[in-house]
Amino acid sequence: MIKAEGLSKDYGLNRAVDDVSFEVGKGEIVGLLGPNGSGKTTIMRMLTGFFSPTAGRCSVAGLDLERDTLAARQRVGYLPERVALYPDLSVRGYLSFVARVRNVPGPVRGHVNEALERCGLTDVYRKRIGKLSRGYRQRVGIAQAVVHRPDVLILDEPTVGLDPRQIVEIRALIRELAGGVTVLLSTHILPEVSIVCRRVLILDRGRLIAEDTAEGLTEKTAGRNEIRLEIAAPESEACAVLGSCEGVREVEIAERMSGSRLVVIVRARVGSDNKAALAQAVVERGWALHEMTPNLLSLEDLFVDILARAESGGAGSEASG
Amino acid sequence: MRGFLALLAKELRAFFLSPLVYFLAGVFLILSGYYFYTDLNAFITFGFGESILEHLWQRLFKDIVRLVITVVPLVTMKIYSEEKSLGTIELLYTAPIRDVEILAAKFLACLGVFVLILGTTLAYPALMYAIQPFDFSQLIAVYLGLFLLVSALVAIGVFISSLTDTQLIAAMFTYGAVLLLWNLSWNEAAIPSHWLGMVSQACAFDHFEPFARGVIDVKDVAYFLCLSIFMWFLTMLSMQARQWRGRR
Repeated sequence: MIKAEGLSKDYGLNRAVDDVSFEVGKGEIVGLLGPNGSGKTTIMRMLTGFFSPTAGRCSVAGLDLERDTLAARQRVGYLPERVALYPDLSVRGYLSFVARVRNVPGPVRGHVNEALERCGLTDVYRKRIGKLSRGYRQRVGIAQAVVHRPDVLILDEPTVGLDPRQIVEIRALIRELAGGVTVLLSTHILPEVSIVCRRVLILDRGRLIAEDTAEGLTEKTAGRNEIRLEIAAPESEACAVLGSCEGVREVEIAERMSGSRLVVIVRARVGSDNKAALAQAVVERGWALHEMTPNLLSLEDLFVDILARAESGGAGSEASG
Repeated sequence: MRGFLALLAKELRAFFLSPLVYFLAGVFLILSGYYFYTDLNAFITFGFGESILEHLWQRLFKDIVRLVITVVPLVTMKIYSEEKSLGTIELLYTAPIRDVEILAAKFLACLGVFVLILGTTLAYPALMYAIQPFDFSQLIAVYLGLFLLVSALVAIGVFISSLTDTQLIAAMFTYGAVLLLWNLSWNEAAIPSHWLGMVSQACAFDHFEPFARGVIDVKDVAYFLCLSIFMWFLTMLSMQARQWRGRR
């Protein structure tokens, strides 16, 4: 449904996207993951026909963006990072306008009603967009992207700037809409991709550095096996006791707090689950256990990880799984 | 085509649903009415031996152009810059609609506002005709010239609006450009003689003047058409600049 071959984009001397190739099949939900400035928006803008690539080609629904620009654009629904809304229009007026500009044949009323319903906007369709809350505006943005019943949905950071409850709602909405539609969404929040997407493309400084399934990514992030403990214990003993627990590879005192409180990072061997053993060891000694949390891999750590592995392996991209 | 019509309708609606156009039209009407009264009065008082009607229209429409120059920047300022600052231009650039259709819709919407505003000035000739019927062939030339002039000035304003996302900057630059173009050769003594030909060829006033006298000359028509086309061309380039600027 989406096909990118050797996509590159230069802004002056600055190369924003460098030789990126990927494919997204029909009905897939794929995430573009990368820090800010890694080229996510640029890739999406090429796929939506906002501008053309410096090199390479891309197509959606079998239509080349360069040759059949208008036909291709018609098959795509796009939610830009800065949601494109006219604050003076009513929700219905805005969606009708978008439907007409997007060439919906015949009367647009049916399309607009459907989009209102699917995005949960039936209560606010008369309101001016400028008066809506951030969460509702995001919904209007998504309704705008689906109003012409596109085959491909491209969503640029759909949850950025929302509060936690709205984030959950929008994620649910995206999953709901996804049935039958191909979705490409971008994010810089690591957990988001594994919640919403089935496959992940990881970008860094304009290059596609890895491709993975959501499960593979979850495994990688959990596979780091770092546990952060906050305990009240004498420093010398703590290292020895925790170090002797099963599966522990390394113990590090990360922070010394007031009293005899310590923050200890315990690194375990891959595959071993020793949280219970650690807790027991602490309690048996009669130390107070204030906190125990698994240290999840951050996006930055994951990048360091992937890059290190790519360098040592010599291969440009990481196999999935 | 459908996209173009939808955009044109949206732009016209945005104009006529906002109070700005009504304020502009109101101020325009009050001032043009005042010019009509005072110009007529001046000719009745001092215009012995002259054909009052012929000179009245000449004088009145030059005064009206002064008003048009003030109003053009205020109408065109938001046409692109507002979409750029709202981010909605991205919606248009990714919709199945050509850049040239976007430009055409925006240009025609602005021009439509002026056709309506200037249409109200027909009241003055109508009033005169009721008092004293006259041959209005001169007026046809005047209105043709006015239409061509306004098209060119609007094209300039639309282009300048496409360069910035700040409406006020667009308005100020448009005002400067349009006023300079109109006044370019007002003091011919200040211009070196070997430059004079070129400067007066570029000056909008010198090309409108024959229309005001009732003369339609091909070279004046061509001047305004070329100016408009050149501005459309520049606007297209400015829209295409997203290719290498990497932003809206």
